[in-house]
Amino acid sequence: MTSSVKPLIPDDDADRLAAAFGRRGFMGAGVAGGLMATPLFAAGVAHAQAGDAEITVDQARTAPIPIVLPSLGSGVAQQITDVISADLGNCGLFRPISASMPQGTPDFGSYKSMGARAAMTGRVMDQGGSLRVEFRLWDVVTGKQIQGTAYTASAQDWRRIAHVIADVIYGRLLGEQGYFNSRIAYIARSGPRARQTTRLAIMDQDGADSRYLTNGQWLTLTPRFNPANSELAFMSYANYRPRVYLFNLNTGQQRLLGDFSGISFAPRFAPDGRSVVLSVTRGGGSDIYTVDLATMARRQLTSSGAIDTSPSYSPDGSQIVFNSDRGGSPQLYIMSAAGGDAKRISYGHGHYGSPVWSPRGDLIAFSRIANGSFSLGVMAPDGTGERILTQGFTVESPTFCPNGRVLAFCRQSSAGSNGAGFATGINTIDITGFHERALPAGSASDPTWSPLNK
Amino acid sequence: MKLKLLGAAGMALFLAACSDHANKNVNTGAATQQVGPAPGSEADLVATAGDRVLFALNQNTLSSDAKATLDKQAAWLAKYPQVHVQIAGNCDDRGTEEYNIALGERRANAAHDYLVAKGVDASRITTISYGKDRPTAVGDDEASWAQNRNAITAVQ
Repeated sequence: MTSSVKPLIPDDDADRLAAAFGRRGFMGAGVAGGLMATPLFAAGVAHAQAGDAEITVDQARTAPIPIVLPSLGSGVAQQITDVISADLGNCGLFRPISASMPQGTPDFGSYKSMGARAAMTGRVMDQGGSLRVEFRLWDVVTGKQIQGTAYTASAQDWRRIAHVIADVIYGRLLGEQGYFNSRIAYIARSGPRARQTTRLAIMDQDGADSRYLTNGQWLTLTPRFNPANSELAFMSYANYRPRVYLFNLNTGQQRLLGDFSGISFAPRFAPDGRSVVLSVTRGGGSDIYTVDLATMARRQLTSSGAIDTSPSYSPDGSQIVFNSDRGGSPQLYIMSAAGGDAKRISYGHGHYGSPVWSPRGDLIAFSRIANGSFSLGVMAPDGTGERILTQGFTVESPTFCPNGRVLAFCRQSSAGSNGAGFATGINTIDITGFHERALPAGSASDPTWSPLNK
Repeated sequence: MKLKLLGAAGMALFLAACSDHANKNVNTGAATQQVGPAPGSEADLVATAGDRVLFALNQNTLSSDAKATLDKQAAWLAKYPQVHVQIAGNCDDRGTEEYNIALGERRANAAHDYLVAKGVDASRITTISYGKDRPTAVGDDEASWAQNRNAITAVQ
């Protein structure tokens, strides 16, 4: 990644569309890190009117949007095309159609006959160490340009440019923020099951560019991003003292979070990034605490004597969902972010665990365990509308993508009677329960999805 | 002390290695070499009292078998008052990762409290939990899960 910071200059259409949809302009003002975007106007072609290209997500659920994605060229240009196509195709909401790049304005008639709804055109120019990627998005039905932008970035950031373009296409055609320019931190696993080597690791959301952050000396679990996308809270058994640490993604430095006499675990950042909520064992149970990151002051939120763990904030920071066996079996509860009375929200068959609140606020994802097998599901924060998305021997540790439309989770197979069947990996699934796919992360667990990259 | 570096699951490997070693001694006729465990060692604890107690599904209640084992551990610890131990709680993999960390600690704590009630000084016992991440048995069936729901006492 380069370190220079340049402002985004949004396409004027983009601004109009964003205003029409009443949401933040594409990527807002937060874009930084050496990716420059400038508008490209379509000579002699009328621009789309605001809202023209809006295709509702519900429509997309039943029929993926057919979109023509011609190759942007050879070499890195082809690689960029492939990443855009993979992002859009794998999310399940688009059906990429390959074609040759048109000279000038596309032949919309032929695109229409192919069943396409939208089309991309563009080209890639190598400017000696940096890449300029010109990109236009077209509404095939009206023949209007929806967006035209030239992106300039360091050549090594070609994947990032591709993800940003895929996010633009997603945002323009679906009317909500994309999530392709994001990462997943996870635990890489190797070695015999009785004593697996575990390393903190990070990759792009599509599984590319994975790298280890720790060396595997100690058992390491449950990384969680801070809202600024610069730090991970995680659990390490360093020196046989299992505790929560912070890992700075910019410097690689680690520091202990809080000084508790019990085991501290299950960390998650507050939505404002100023504190971490976690649980700490005491006697036969565990209590939920917050730790202020500026002062390291701690505040105890629960003291039930039972196991209270896996706390996760609502996106507005006002409430916490957590896992507790205070009623006799592990179930999901909601309490105020200040602690106090908790209300049970899970009432299906079996035990519940690993709750996580959607960034949209409307859903809580969880694991449910019944009859020896796991289910992964979602429910409304009041406990209604429970839906099981997928099942398996073990499906747990759900984590939402930045726009809340997709979950990554850990899927493990049964080891069988002799251990040979054990496999652990990271899958993604749409919150509708469709499009489950395995990420190429190898033997892995404990995924956590980052906020959008800056 | 090699054992200090071994976690709960590592013990099984270590013990397997010990029995291999003992067999070799018999085979080679090295009869003068001492093959019994050193007094006060982990191997001595295993041979004399047993190093682990097992739990029922989602439970931390000590069975009569578990109490009998812990009674022997308490007697053994009384015999070697300089020895410190760590009790590691473990779970089968039919719970979530985070819940199981707490459940393993609850099991270790149950064994800890029993030993203290039997007169072992609390300062000699620490606890740790590996949740479902250090299974003794690597299979996924009832027999493996039963072995993996445990609290294992290790000499420090």
